[in-house]
Amino acid sequence: MKIFNFKLTIFILSIIFGLIFALPSFVHTNYGKKVNLGLDLQGGLHMLLGVNTHEAVESKLKSIATAIKHFSDDEELLIDGLSVADNSIVFTILDEDEIPKIDKMLEEISGLKIDKNSLDYTVTLTAEEIEKTKDYSVSQAVETIRNRLDQFGLSEPTVLRQGESDIVVQLPGIKTAEDEKAARDLISKPANLELMAVDEDRIDQVYNMTSAQAAAYGNLILEDINNPNKKYLVKEIPILNGSQIVDAQVGFSQSNQPIINFTLNSAGARIFGDFTGKNVGKRLAIVLDGKVYSAPNINERIGGGSGQISGGFTVVEAGNVAIALRSGALLASVNLLEKRSVGPSLGADSIKASMIALVSGTVLIFLFMLFYYRRAGVIANIALIANVFILVAIIALFGATLTLPGMAGIILTIGMAIDANVIINERIREVLRAGLSVQKAIEDGYSNALRAILDANITTLLVAIVLYAYGTGPIKGFAVTISIGILTSMLTSIVGTHGIYQAILPKIVKDKDNNKWFGVK
Amino acid sequence: MEIFNNEKTYNFMNKKVTFLFISAILFVASIFLLLTRGLNYGIDFVGGTVVQVKYDNVAPLDKIREVLKDTKYASSTVSEFGSEDEVTIRFTGSSSELTNDISDDMNKILVPTGKFEIRKIDMVGAKVGAELRQKGIMALSMALLAMLIYISFRFEWRFAVASVLGLVHDVVITLGLISLFKIDVNLDMIAAILTVIGYTINDTIIVNDRIRENLQSSKEKNLDSLINQSVSRTLSRTILTSLSTLFVVATMLIFGGEIIYAFSFTLFVGIIVGTYSSIFVVSPFIKFLGFKIDVYRIKEMEKEKSRKEKEKLRAMYEQGRL
Repeated sequence: MKIFNFKLTIFILSIIFGLIFALPSFVHTNYGKKVNLGLDLQGGLHMLLGVNTHEAVESKLKSIATAIKHFSDDEELLIDGLSVADNSIVFTILDEDEIPKIDKMLEEISGLKIDKNSLDYTVTLTAEEIEKTKDYSVSQAVETIRNRLDQFGLSEPTVLRQGESDIVVQLPGIKTAEDEKAARDLISKPANLELMAVDEDRIDQVYNMTSAQAAAYGNLILEDINNPNKKYLVKEIPILNGSQIVDAQVGFSQSNQPIINFTLNSAGARIFGDFTGKNVGKRLAIVLDGKVYSAPNINERIGGGSGQISGGFTVVEAGNVAIALRSGALLASVNLLEKRSVGPSLGADSIKASMIALVSGTVLIFLFMLFYYRRAGVIANIALIANVFILVAIIALFGATLTLPGMAGIILTIGMAIDANVIINERIREVLRAGLSVQKAIEDGYSNALRAILDANITTLLVAIVLYAYGTGPIKGFAVTISIGILTSMLTSIVGTHGIYQAILPKIVKDKDNNKWFGVK
Repeated sequence: MEIFNNEKTYNFMNKKVTFLFISAILFVASIFLLLTRGLNYGIDFVGGTVVQVKYDNVAPLDKIREVLKDTKYASSTVSEFGSEDEVTIRFTGSSSELTNDISDDMNKILVPTGKFEIRKIDMVGAKVGAELRQKGIMALSMALLAMLIYISFRFEWRFAVASVLGLVHDVVITLGLISLFKIDVNLDMIAAILTVIGYTINDTIIVNDRIRENLQSSKEKNLDSLINQSVSRTLSRTILTSLSTLFVVATMLIFGGEIIYAFSFTLFVGIIVGTYSSIFVVSPFIKFLGFKIDVYRIKEMEKEKSRKEKEKLRAMYEQGRL
């Protein structure tokens, strides 16, 4: 007698596979891959962020204006009225002979559209360049946020781009409200450091000025970080910005207040040195995200390219700002489109509730099958258990995420797996009732049932695929478990049980007891 | 054990008018409910915020309403959630600010109400809500279309149209019940309804498969009695599977807690309605769509004939006689 037929061998091998790879998920061990729990089961923070891409375009123009300013300062070109407004840079060149020089400089910057009206220049970005800038601002935001979260020390942050201008952030490590707030602050911090020249000629009038009047002089009115009533008038075009920072660390001032020491790259250091050398006696505003942190007097030329931001930090804040400065500024600010936060206790409750449902549902089906089909029911139940293990093993192995709807998917898969065996057993009974042999009944039962089971499973699979394509987050998890479940259940319920029947057929034939084996007289 | 008499053929088609009448009433009532009362859309589809708070003791509902009254969350609905010590606070607004958001606010505002823990916050902006709603409708339509194409391909087009009509019947009545019981419609509802579609199409296919098989193997000339035989032979499978699935869903409904209540509820009523329609409704539809046994058999015979002809030709060709 040949016990190990082909189907049984496959079934046994897949059970061994299932046991080995499912086990790490069921017991407390550090070995092997465990099932990856979704945020709704383990707790954590899910956010969908929208990037305000138009800001990136504005800041790009601003940095081009800065470049024009440096160039004209270096080459001692005379230009007037350099400002950024309505998505364009305007300025007037005073000496006609210098036009070729400025034209050459502008030519080297790609993606510009230059309109000249004798000496008046209007510089805008081409449509293509605007698209590129927007696109880059999103991928840069993804990179920057990921960097910041990595440095913040959260476990396994996920930061992914979604669609044109959205970013999905998932933080399973968040357990408390404080953690959550810190992470949100860190993500949203633009960390846009600018060193700006204070307009000493007009600052006396700052309190009587509207921002439109200030803009007419190419100036900006900024508030002090600690005192919103205190205002500064600074030149709109910054001397330097955060892109030239290579390092930022928390330190302490002489009065033991937390400060941030930053270091500039060589180009930045040169510009900084030149500027401070030429402007001794004037003030330099240190501006972070549009607020003035301090505006010290320039006493002498500052070489070496380092500086500090002081005022108004706690130690924790200073640490976060330093992280943000190191990982770079966001080219555009982000806002919150969707947020789902689940506390760890709720996740644990959900797991418990679904485990209870899973176990009690399985037990009910078990008893029912046993009662209704007798030994054929036992065989179906073996396939059912094997199915759960193989399903969990595959989920763990492929790193698919198990969510709460995914749990429901596993529970439903059990219902579906048993359906295949119900169909097969009913078909076997039909043939037995017609008075044919057990051997013929089993073979006919399987072949008659196969077409219906396949059609039924394929349509369900189609639904699962649609669900995966159009679903979001947890729903995708449901689609995944259902799809895997359909495939594994076909393996266990059709191939597996058939293998068992083939192996024990001689015994069933010898028994001649259809009631004991199939619950039918 | 056997529940159904497997030799007996039940005469379903005899009472088809009654069944279709019942279905029509339920269908029209559901449409009426959906048009008048509508669905209770959750924040996933309309935007808004739900905060789930668990207290150490019984949740002081009145106190919570009181402290919220003087804040910008005054329009919130506060209700018990699952148990006495848990509440949800729902309001239509959302905040796009990352730095000072609703959880920060809530943690401050609720301080006077006792010891609590915010277990869950879902905030969906209006734009995302509209997107999710669109995606949901898209998913449902795509699923129905996929079924239509697949069943047309595997069976005859009348089977496909009848099955999809059956699905529409199931979905509408299920939605009617969801409206009647004021269940919150959120994202997981889409998953539940798609699962119902997957399940009931299973049932329908098993019946259709048997009709197809009998069309080919039996000599029965009367469509009514052929359908009766097919439905009767598959009856015990349909009921058994639906029952065992209902067991499982019932355990989810009872033990699953408030979180998956809407999901389990939808499955529960959906499976019942779906089982009903695949036994009593879809087959009469096939008949009403003008399915004729003899026409089908002639077509099949022609198909078979042309297949054999081709085989013959091929055989001749291979033997070099052509």
